[in-house]
Amino acid sequence: MEEANLKHRFKTVIIGGSAGSLTVLFDVLPTLDPHLKTSIILVLHRKNSGDSSLSELLSSKTVLPVKEIDDKDPVLSGNIYLAPADYHVLIEKNYFFSLDVSEKINFSRPSLDVTFESAADAFGTSLTAILLSGSNNDGTAGLKAVQEAGGMIIVQKPETANMAYMPQHAINNLSVNHILDPKEISRFINSLG
Amino acid sequence: MMIEDEEIDLLLSDIFEVYGYDFANYSKASLKRRIIRLVVLDKFPSFAELRYRVCTDEDYLKRFIEEITVNVTEMFRDPSFYKMLRSQIVPILGTKPFIRIWHAGCSTGEEVFSMAILLQEANLLKKSLLYATDLNPSVLEKVRRGIFPLNQMKQYSENYIASGGTKDFSTYYTANYGQAKLNEDLSEKIIISTHNLVSDSSFNEFDLILCRNVLIYFDKNLQERALKLFDDSLGPLGFLALGSKETLKFSSIQARFKQLDKEKIWKKLI
Repeated sequence: MEEANLKHRFKTVIIGGSAGSLTVLFDVLPTLDPHLKTSIILVLHRKNSGDSSLSELLSSKTVLPVKEIDDKDPVLSGNIYLAPADYHVLIEKNYFFSLDVSEKINFSRPSLDVTFESAADAFGTSLTAILLSGSNNDGTAGLKAVQEAGGMIIVQKPETANMAYMPQHAINNLSVNHILDPKEISRFINSLG
Repeated sequence: MMIEDEEIDLLLSDIFEVYGYDFANYSKASLKRRIIRLVVLDKFPSFAELRYRVCTDEDYLKRFIEEITVNVTEMFRDPSFYKMLRSQIVPILGTKPFIRIWHAGCSTGEEVFSMAILLQEANLLKKSLLYATDLNPSVLEKVRRGIFPLNQMKQYSENYIASGGTKDFSTYYTANYGQAKLNEDLSEKIIISTHNLVSDSSFNEFDLILCRNVLIYFDKNLQERALKLFDDSLGPLGFLALGSKETLKFSSIQARFKQLDKEKIWKKLI
């Protein structure tokens, strides 16, 4: 496909979160550079309600465009994407999203591992994966894949997380690049340009 | 387990040559994940051994297809969608002398039976035919049996009520040893057949085509092929229903269709 030949000139950050992660995003989103080129993908464990009010809520916290992902949407610079409820989000090598309703992973759909692993394959070294608060094992295996593909992995400082279990689980099992509080997470994303 | 994209391509071309199933235009990311999952699940020491097994063992090919295609479905999935079918689409279908509906990629058939319930409640099932097709013969066997795990009925009952259903959902099945057998009269108008959206053509004209959460596993070229096939298979003013994150936008058939409200239902204008 022709898209595959386009040089991907911006970086991608995937933020994965579960219980307690929304408050972190409410801190981080308003402080993001309005001219950010980096593309941000949010994968959050959420209720299977199917309504799209979460994207509206997140949208109210930032001037960057927020979009709930539809199948085969392109990954564009400076956009914030939200994984829809009840779908896994995968990324194709030509920088399109593909959705998937296969079995839950770690009791979750969307699963953080699924998106991290798929994005590791598609983005390689231009990817940063950030794991936030949560009370579940999801995310650790995915972070490992991101690191093995040359990407950077960051975990929320467990003392600043409502639910320390998920970030702590990653820290215990991996050698993460950075352990950051929400302010530092914002600063890091803005530094990517 | 690391598998290179080239290895996947080789396996897919083997399968096409030996069996005629063409997965080349399936969404690569999803397919790769399913194949890696199967290598781990069936404990193949290497990808080459999976490839050998698939090519030499026809029974294993059945398992392969069953496992790499996604067959997760539920009755009255997305209740708001079924509410709209019930309140706005079914009454329009009711004005026709016969009703022909096609569930393309129906998997194990939960949504086909949901449709049969809607039609029965509107007293329209007797003049309807529901074509249930999938590429995978094993899932169609489940449609034929109409037996589903009993422990899912609570969720289905909640979905049914949320979709505007007012009956006692348990009157639609008989519980037995952990299984729920759906009432025989729901199956009477269901016609089951294999059909592959990759390679097969239009086989009838329909008033409503449902293809929900199937196109997400296709790349854009194959999505376009399937949408054209649906367009060719819809009568004038027929309806096309897709999954909640699928769209006609950017397809060549878009101009001939109008989306109804917020749900993923389009009406063919000509």
